[in-house]
Amino acid sequence: MRHFTQSAALAAVIALGLAGSALAQDAVPPGEQPVDPYVQSNANAGAKPMDDTRVFEAFRGKDGLVRIAADTVDRSMADPRIKEIFATTDVPRLKRTLAEQFCYVLGGGCAYSGRDMAAVHKDMGVTNRDMNALIENLQLAMDKEGVPFFAQNKLLAKLAPMQRSVVER
Amino acid sequence: MRRQLLKALGLAAVVAGTLGCAAGATAAEIETGGKLLLTGGVSSLEGGAGGGLATWAVIAGNETNNGVGGKVHATYVDVSDYTLRAAGAAVGLHDRIELSVARQEFDTGATGAKLGLGKGFTFKQDIVGVKLRVLGDAVYEQDTWVPQVSIGAQYKKNNQDAIVRAIGGRKDSGVDYYVAATKLVLDKSLVLSGAMRLTKANQTGLLGFGGDKNDSYTAQFEGSAGLLLSKRLAVGAEYRTKPSNLGFAREDDWVDLFAAYAINKTVSVTAAYVDLGEIATFKDQRGVYISLQAGF
Ligand code: HEM
Repeated sequence: MRHFTQSAALAAVIALGLAGSALAQDAVPPGEQPVDPYVQSNANAGAKPMDDTRVFEAFRGKDGLVRIAADTVDRSMADPRIKEIFATTDVPRLKRTLAEQFCYVLGGGCAYSGRDMAAVHKDMGVTNRDMNALIENLQLAMDKEGVPFFAQNKLLAKLAPMQRSVVER
Repeated sequence: MRRQLLKALGLAAVVAGTLGCAAGATAAEIETGGKLLLTGGVSSLEGGAGGGLATWAVIAGNETNNGVGGKVHATYVDVSDYTLRAAGAAVGLHDRIELSVARQEFDTGATGAKLGLGKGFTFKQDIVGVKLRVLGDAVYEQDTWVPQVSIGAQYKKNNQDAIVRAIGGRKDSGVDYYVAATKLVLDKSLVLSGAMRLTKANQTGLLGFGGDKNDSYTAQFEGSAGLLLSKRLAVGAEYRTKPSNLGFAREDDWVDLFAAYAINKTVSVTAAYVDLGEIATFKDQRGVYISLQAGF
């Protein structure tokens, strides 16, 4: 027991040293940057999950959503209309949390560990044009994954109201 | 910079032929506003954004609140005994206000002789419209049933005052007032729209305003229901009630079945089967409706 406490203390010291001042920080997943502390909650996902899991299946489950989220981010970062907005983004984190959010919202049983939509997009100056550009990229990513159009629209119906939290001008 | 598009069905007119060809090659490079494809409706016969025969609450053009967009259209309707040509343009200011103009030509063709008007006799009408979005957002607000609601007015002026009076009409000009509600039900891939119009217009004004049978405003209904089959294609139906103010001929409600296809981000085409009922004593006016539109 005493041994355990010692090693825990040692680990904490090392972690502190590595993470700088991030005392309250949860473990940062590999490849990601630490973020300022926030309260984790599925409510941060910004929409209630669907009951019917058929849509989740039409997206080929979590694996499909991971591919779709990653492809959406890649397309947006290459998209001259909106790429500047992603210039300083922690890409691995965005891909991970976006896939979690899609999975949670489609009733796939994932937990959403990311931040709240209003907080994370605050002061980015996102416009409706930007919003629609991102949705187009998401549509292309869903097409690539072979998600049927009617199922695509069910996810978009869940995301569309988030425009109120994301778009600022 | 590619400002894609996505709005749908826009079309235009005067330039439609030319644009149609040119756009194939270049549309992807043209900055065309930011609305999502097929979310802006098409150009209605009376000039503003709508279905084909019905007026919708959406604002014309591909632009969002961040800019000024617009749409031009050319429409051709060919039914049993008549043809109708229409062309127009609309400007959408910050997705809030829409200003539109349209010219309609109702060609009686060979039927003109039978009506005693002379072969090829044509009624022309100019329409100037204004529409204001008062609440809601048809596209984003998917967590509520509240639709996008707009109010509008259309001033219409017909060029055949003498004939209009001879057939029992009261005036060659009039103003329609309407309130329209439109909702994209994304969850079900549906677009629904309804409008209530206060009007005195006979056959939308082509046969004048008011009549010997009735000279007051009446409330008429316009409804559209469309199913999105893909980003580019929507199919659906519309219904539009009409007053029957003239004693000499009954006026019927209008019905259509349509398909709207976005060829690219700029150009779209709407094709419909229309049933316009009885027009100036000639019954069962059924046929095709083709509209080419360009939105920006
Ligand atoms: C419904 C639409 C949207 C959804 C669901 C969404 C979702 C998310 C999520 C889950 C995150 C990560 C949260 C976290 O790190 O804790 C995020 C971050 C971000 N989003 Fe969005 N987003 C949307 C629209 C947009 C738009 C339109 C833009 C700009 C074009 C945008 C730009 C960004 C950027 C740059 C970040 C990274 C922030 C950072 O690195 O701190 N988002 N978004």
